[in-house]
Amino acid sequence: MLQAENLTKYFNRDTASQILALDHLTLQLNEKEFAVIVGSNGSGKSTLLNLIAGNYLPDEGRIKINGNDVTTKQDYKRSKWIARVFQDPVQGTAPDLTLLDNFRLAFLRTKPKGFRIGINSSFRNSVREKVAVLNLGLEYKLNTLAGKLSGGQRQALTLLMASMDDPKILLLDEPTAALDPRASEIVMELAAHLISKQKLTAILVTHNLRIASHYGSRLIMMDKGRIMQDLDEELKKNISLHEMQSWFV
Amino acid sequence: MEFYFSAILLGLALCSLGFGIYISLRIFSIPDITTDGSYTLGAAVTAALLLRGIPIPVILLIIILCGAFAGIATGIIHTRMRLNALLSGILVMTSLYSINLQIMGRSNIPLINTKRIEGTFGFLHDNNLQWLVVLLLFICLIWVLLSWLLKTDFGVAMRATGTNEVMVRSMGVNTLNMKVTGLAIANALTAVSGFLVCQFQQFSDINMGIGIVLFGLGSVMMGESLISAFKIQSIGIRLLTVVAGCIAFRLIIAVALEVGINPNWLKAITALIVLLVAGIPQLKRSAQ
Repeated sequence: MLQAENLTKYFNRDTASQILALDHLTLQLNEKEFAVIVGSNGSGKSTLLNLIAGNYLPDEGRIKINGNDVTTKQDYKRSKWIARVFQDPVQGTAPDLTLLDNFRLAFLRTKPKGFRIGINSSFRNSVREKVAVLNLGLEYKLNTLAGKLSGGQRQALTLLMASMDDPKILLLDEPTAALDPRASEIVMELAAHLISKQKLTAILVTHNLRIASHYGSRLIMMDKGRIMQDLDEELKKNISLHEMQSWFV
Repeated sequence: MEFYFSAILLGLALCSLGFGIYISLRIFSIPDITTDGSYTLGAAVTAALLLRGIPIPVILLIIILCGAFAGIATGIIHTRMRLNALLSGILVMTSLYSINLQIMGRSNIPLINTKRIEGTFGFLHDNNLQWLVVLLLFICLIWVLLSWLLKTDFGVAMRATGTNEVMVRSMGVNTLNMKVTGLAIANALTAVSGFLVCQFQQFSDINMGIGIVLFGLGSVMMGESLISAFKIQSIGIRLLTVVAGCIAFRLIIAVALEVGINPNWLKAITALIVLLVAGIPQLKRSAQ
């Protein structure tokens, strides 16, 4: 489903502050695989996600999605396959737009945004049903501006929105980093549920080893822009938190 | 009374420009200085074509395209060459000054003896009444079109572009093209005001656009205070606050003239009004 070959990315290239963020990294994800990536700050986890999503272009290497070479495709064109949840809850929704408007955009992620009024009563009802599942009372706030919601609510919404319009790949960049424990749990459970229900290929970047051990079908540890550990589902099941912690020493 | 009535009419003629500023400022957060140039551009082209006896509907179509081109120029400089939005606007505005002079051939064209749009309603014998009808028709039409546009899927994507660009790109929107389109629409609307005002005041002048962007910004901000006071959610009604802002701004200026302030100070008064409208909420906020 997703192939990254030989990905290399420098920041501030050819200056005194040059950083090698990704160092000839190769990663292949099969369909329905849910990879969790851990690693210390600066290990290149987020850079990898940003390269896959197309926020930056790699200095070397290729990226293929479903057999299509997307290496030079811009981010908004890759959204055909990729849905994202960002670290900062503020980033996943448009704060000055209502919840309904936000969902409308998510509904049209792979489609053209044309000159018709798409927010009608049937659309409103389908959004109401979707957000009611969250049990956060959002079904009564369809006309509230997204910016007025709490971080947990917004992150849960972003996830729901990401799951709309049939994405193939879901990128989760530390989605719970800014949330309290209860909101984190709601968001992670929702993510796991959506990934298995919609048979998504997913990458979760996290600093939280508990989350890393609890979720996903593959565990990857990165350091200095390279993959240091790569555990399949069987190995991942058997690894202890303690052992994972020892990677970071 | 007559004096205040024509102030209101001028305010109505400038509403189209106000709508344009609403798009560039409120939707894309760009104070678009191209406005000064595209407003005069609308007037210059209108005057030049009226002199040549071109039918008014054709002129309207041409000035809409001219305004849109000015916006596209600013938009491309801003998004493709990645210049600051203000600088992009200044570049286009400044070059439009020469272009406008070239179009008019001189710095002022009187339109007293040409056909004018209010003549369409010649059966209403009062000139002010004719203008009231013309202007209300224009405002209604533009208001209906814009409220519709902003509610469509395209409009949702456009409004989202100004508030969270990263997210909108992840939703498959080319935000750069969206900004260019937005600036094109904004400046086309601005040119319509130039088209209306030059016929209303019966002349086009190369300097008529100087500082007009401030009028637009101030009007939109005055409207904004209504939006926050009444917690207005509906896009259509938000747009109507721009109309209220434009009229209020012209009335304040009319009062200033009525109390005997020297017209040479008009631009300074305009700047002062905008300073107050923009500054007082900020001061209140920092006082809290």
